[in-house]
Amino acid sequence: MTLLAPLAAAGFGLAMIGAALMALRARSTAVAVLAAGLVSLFASVLFLILAAPDVAMTEAAIGSGLTTFLFFYVLGRIRREGYDDD
Amino acid sequence: MVETILIAAAALVALAFVLAMLRFLRGPHAVDRVIGFDVLTIISITGIVLVALVEGRAIYLDVALVYALLSFLGVIVAARYLEGGEE
Amino acid sequence: MTGPFALIGALIVLAGAAFLFLGGLGLYRMPDSYTRIQAGTKATTLGTLLVLAGAAFLMPGWWIKLMLILLFLMFTNPLSSQVLARAAHRAGIRPAPETRADALADDQGDAS
Repeated sequence: MTLLAPLAAAGFGLAMIGAALMALRARSTAVAVLAAGLVSLFASVLFLILAAPDVAMTEAAIGSGLTTFLFFYVLGRIRREGYDDD
Repeated sequence: MVETILIAAAALVALAFVLAMLRFLRGPHAVDRVIGFDVLTIISITGIVLVALVEGRAIYLDVALVYALLSFLGVIVAARYLEGGEE
Repeated sequence: MTGPFALIGALIVLAGAAFLFLGGLGLYRMPDSYTRIQAGTKATTLGTLLVLAGAAFLMPGWWIKLMLILLFLMFTNPLSSQVLARAAHRAGIRPAPETRADALADDQGDAS
């Protein structure tokens, strides 16, 4: 049971690195934003495993929820107004 | 006995996590990646509940509550964006 | 974690984890986006609900928070699944060749 937390932390760290590489190398903007949200999700669970539930809650609300929402809202708005201008 | 069963459950959840992560990394269309994101969020909620069970601290459940409230907003906004035919 | 229902709760948690694993397996193995939505949302919802119910058996004092999480999941997961399926349809993803019926395309006709 004592080995479980470092193992889970290592797994989430690896998944974070994978998602961050995905966010760097993705061709489309939507996939990059999704991968960035995934990095936030894994960071939040990692904070939780490292016994910091308040930091994890802030990361969940701001990083994974609000940032993804804001990025997609602005992307959709840019696309709509671009269509209006052309 | 209970601890052993919980460790087996955690191993199964980790396997599901790896499979969903592979689908997110491979997914041919952007919609597949959004599905992978949604499933990874749900699996993370389960993982948070398992961590709370193992540690025995009820405060950890608040993080799962925040995810259950907020995760679908991102998925819905992403789906509305992809309806326009991105990629 | 030593209540009289601890073993029952642990077994329910294990059943939920098994459903989560099956959902992940279906998400990885299914041939097209619609079946992936089906496997990835329905099975994982059932798995998470079972894990939450088992946690309520293991820790009876937590049942209010667990019930809240369960309620929110039951409200939001079918919603996101339906929106995703509609987005996949409007993005023009072809279903797998074995698909027999496409009711949304039949309903829409030439609209949109």
